[in-house]
Amino acid sequence: MRWQTDPLLQVEHLTMRFGGLVAIDDLSFTAGRGDITALIGPNGAGKTTVFNCITGFYKPTEGRLAFARTGIAAPAGVDALTNTGARFAYEPSGDIYLLERMPDFEISAQARVARTFQNIRLFAGMTVLENLVVAQHNPLMQASGWTVMGLLGIGGYARRESEAVDKAKSWLDSIGLLERADDPAGDLPYGDQRRLEIIRAMCTDPVLLCLDEPAAGLNPRETAMLNELLLTIRDEHNTSLLLIEHDMAVVMQISDHVVVIDYGVKISDGTPEFVRNDPKVIAAYLGVSDEEVEQVESEIGADGGAR
Amino acid sequence: MENFLQQLINGVTLGSIYGLIAIGYTMVYGIIGMINFAHGDVFMVSAFIAMLLFLAVTAFLGVSSLFLAFFIILIAGMILTSLWSWTIERIAYRPLRGSFRLAPLISAIGMSIFLANFVQVVQGPRNKPLPPMFNQVIQLTSGGEFDVTLAYKQIVIVAVTVVLLAVFWFVVQKTPLGRAQRACEQDRKMAALLGINVDRTISITFIIGAALASVAGVLYLVNYGVVSFSDGFIPGVKAFTAAVLGGIGSIPGAVLGGLLIGLVEVLWSAYVSSDYKNVAAFSILIIALIFMPSGLLGKPEIEKV
Amino acid sequence: MSAAVSEQKDDQAAGRMAKALRESAFAGLVTAGLSFPILALRAEPDIRNQLQLQPRWSWLVTAVLLVASARFLALMLDTVRARALAAAGLLLCAFGFGSAWFSPLATASLIGGTILAGLICIGAGFFVDRSHIRKSGPGLLARFAASPAGQTLTSSGAWVGIGMLVAFPLVMLGWLGPAGSLKWINNYGVQILIFVMLGWGLNIVVGLAGLLDLGYVAFYAVGAYSYALLATTFGLSFWICLPLAGILAAFWGIMLGFPVLRLRGDYLALVTLAFGEIIYLVLINWVDLTNGEAGISSIPRVTFFGVTFYDEKGGFSDLFGLPYSPIYRTIFLFYLILFLALLTNFATLRLRRLPIGRAWEALREDEIACRSLGINTVNTKLTAFALGAMFGGFAGSFFAVRQGFVSPNSFTFIESATILSIVVLGGMGSQIGVALAAVVMIGGTELLRELDFLKQLFGQGFDPTQYRMLIFGLAMVVMMIFRPRGFISTRSPSIFLKERKAVSSEFVGQGSG
Repeated sequence: MRWQTDPLLQVEHLTMRFGGLVAIDDLSFTAGRGDITALIGPNGAGKTTVFNCITGFYKPTEGRLAFARTGIAAPAGVDALTNTGARFAYEPSGDIYLLERMPDFEISAQARVARTFQNIRLFAGMTVLENLVVAQHNPLMQASGWTVMGLLGIGGYARRESEAVDKAKSWLDSIGLLERADDPAGDLPYGDQRRLEIIRAMCTDPVLLCLDEPAAGLNPRETAMLNELLLTIRDEHNTSLLLIEHDMAVVMQISDHVVVIDYGVKISDGTPEFVRNDPKVIAAYLGVSDEEVEQVESEIGADGGAR
Repeated sequence: MENFLQQLINGVTLGSIYGLIAIGYTMVYGIIGMINFAHGDVFMVSAFIAMLLFLAVTAFLGVSSLFLAFFIILIAGMILTSLWSWTIERIAYRPLRGSFRLAPLISAIGMSIFLANFVQVVQGPRNKPLPPMFNQVIQLTSGGEFDVTLAYKQIVIVAVTVVLLAVFWFVVQKTPLGRAQRACEQDRKMAALLGINVDRTISITFIIGAALASVAGVLYLVNYGVVSFSDGFIPGVKAFTAAVLGGIGSIPGAVLGGLLIGLVEVLWSAYVSSDYKNVAAFSILIIALIFMPSGLLGKPEIEKV
Repeated sequence: MSAAVSEQKDDQAAGRMAKALRESAFAGLVTAGLSFPILALRAEPDIRNQLQLQPRWSWLVTAVLLVASARFLALMLDTVRARALAAAGLLLCAFGFGSAWFSPLATASLIGGTILAGLICIGAGFFVDRSHIRKSGPGLLARFAASPAGQTLTSSGAWVGIGMLVAFPLVMLGWLGPAGSLKWINNYGVQILIFVMLGWGLNIVVGLAGLLDLGYVAFYAVGAYSYALLATTFGLSFWICLPLAGILAAFWGIMLGFPVLRLRGDYLALVTLAFGEIIYLVLINWVDLTNGEAGISSIPRVTFFGVTFYDEKGGFSDLFGLPYSPIYRTIFLFYLILFLALLTNFATLRLRRLPIGRAWEALREDEIACRSLGINTVNTKLTAFALGAMFGGFAGSFFAVRQGFVSPNSFTFIESATILSIVVLGGMGSQIGVALAAVVMIGGTELLRELDFLKQLFGQGFDPTQYRMLIFGLAMVVMMIFRPRGFISTRSPSIFLKERKAVSSEFVGQGSG
């Protein structure tokens, strides 16, 4: 299991409280490099909150989020980094980032964790192409000499910009939206907006891509196209995926690893096959009361398996 | 010590006036999320209406009882000022509801400029002094180096403020109107679906805000005895500061904020520098917005991702 | 059958008339309420400083009649053109009656003529409305833009416009002579260009980055006082002070930017408003530095690269063998502000195509998405504030060198409101829209100064300039109601693959900051 042997992201004892409300309670799981990891759970289980903690939009109340951008995150190295109070360390064994210490934009720019949003957040009034060029802000900013050289028209900014456009074109081509490059993003159909948001995130060259309900609101044909896109991203772009999803067809078809949470607590963790048959998961989804779960558990002699 | 006590009394008096204006800001902001920039000028118009009515009542109708005259201008002023506010909402804001975000703000600023210049044109640019009203004082302490006094007008101001706030609080908390108002604050579309007449509720909010501003206008006139066409802007901004300080959308917060701003202004003038008293008020606005954007009694806002 | 139809039509017409009458009566009633007592009574202090009431019931009656008839006409007429005609007619009638009432000079034929003309206008409005001379399809302007001549003009429009601006002072000078052209070059040319530049500067902050700034005049003030103080105390020349003023203003922009970064929407607007007011109050009260309300005078005036414009030996006129006239300084100032404004425009257009400019617009569209893409929104906002402030500072030091005198009263909230309304009316983010809006707002208010002819009619006591700001405020309201998204409401993309398609305003974000 890659999430045990080569973990990319290690979530340890993550807790998030809003006032008195505990949204996530001591949650630990890992996501493997090269895996598609699915985070599932009933509505209000705290999945999006986990995402917001990983991508820096929320500061976790407690817990550690160790991210090994390259190489292996050896436990000793992570602990040493934790004790220094620094945000990241470039160890010989690999680059480690502690995401809970970093502001949101640095998580994207340095640790290379990109994300999409449940309610699509495109730059609706900018064209499809502009959306993808904005996503390459940081390298382009450098190429424009932090605006100064670009303003004076010296340096290689024009060349870098056309490279950025080429990259955008190839992504657009891969999802069949090249024709609409000059249209406002807000004018695209819903399914295209979802996929545009995903390739916009890909334009930041992420190591881990977090997708918040990418299949929500899609019809079966669009869902199939989405699956294909996600597999391409995993297989051809060396990007691992972490996704929140309700559509079990997507989850079971493409994920390598599934983590189930409910009420902010992990209730199951394993391969799609394992999770599918976990009685706790079935209980959580079918809304069985706790006593009945215990009864079911005792009947089949299981206690959560891979936990 | 005596000086401080005196300043405290003055501060509460001034703060009552700011608090009354602040309620208009806070209610309108609560219900349609807009800074009603013209509210300060509506207050100024109401002070002019009060001044003219006072002259009319005393000179033309020959009412000699000060209290009767005060009562008449209070009621008539509330009605006439409400009409102004209603008309402004109807003409300058309602057509822009749901439109581009900055359009109502620009429209409100335009209205504010219009009102100030309208009054300047029709009433002339000179200050309008009235003879002092309720000018007897009660001596609270004596013999010290400084006599602390409580003027009748200060009693009138605070008493009127308290009575009106009580009535107003009852309306907002206990009547169907208040319920409709709170529903519109939460979710205007849903309120409309449930059969609440949103347009009318918003109009009434403007009317109530203006009525309270008009009381503030009368009390301002009683306190200072003079009014000018340019008196809307600064008290308006201070009252909005009060609303923000107290927590925008919160009515008790507006009153509390008003009292605080009044106290700060008076104490700052007394102990630091009267030249910079407005700088103090504006600095409080900045500090309050930066460090406690939800104000003293407001609800904190969590960023939705 | 046809009789039934026509009967129904009559019924409808009668119903409409009745409704219009009801509504106009209501409007009249409301006007009566509004006018009493603020219009109907006027209080003026007498010699003993006691207020005396002067009743003016005629004003109340006039206002009621005017509003009621305007309401009636608006309800009876459907097309905009007909309403405009009727409004003009109503104004003419009002003018006729007004002069009959107030003017000592009005003759019977003048009064009768205007009232008759007004009635004819109203009648024409009804005729236009009923005769269905309604155009379908695009308006005149759109059709012109689509024609071949229009296409060439719009594609080379910027250069044509710049050419016309460069020629403007010389044409005016040749046409009206030094004395006659001064007013046009100064009041219209220079004054409008200052606001074009300020509008363009603020457009970076409000239009592109979507951050609402109600205290922009503070940076204008910083620029003006920087030049005034640096030039009077250290004797530095304008060309040294100009960049210094820009840097100082940018510094203040960052100072303001830092604390307000977390604020959104109206709160940001308020903090910037408070900041602007604080700067104004400090300018008034810090007498040691700024000389308070009296202001700083005898600031060195602009020179032609070291050559003064005074009537002296070695002055500009003397050097070029021209008869002395103040017009040369004004013309030089015109070209100077034209240069500065074009510099602002050039820089902004260029910035829009750089990552920082795209990040500003992305920030306006969705700040959270920006952060998820690794954009440092703090720096992005600060750059917008700093650059916007810098151009404001440039404009400020130009203002100081033009006037030779600065005082706090040039930097009140009204100025900020004017600049902001220029940006909003122009269409947020549109450079040409902002320029157009500056011409309309500033040119329009300058035109209101030309109402002096009314003085001859209504006597010297009548001061038409009083009405300038009143009309200005009203115009802001009216323009927002008719064009809430401004003159140019579409956005032009900063980059394209095949074709630059304008983005409709329904998609463009409004900014949350």
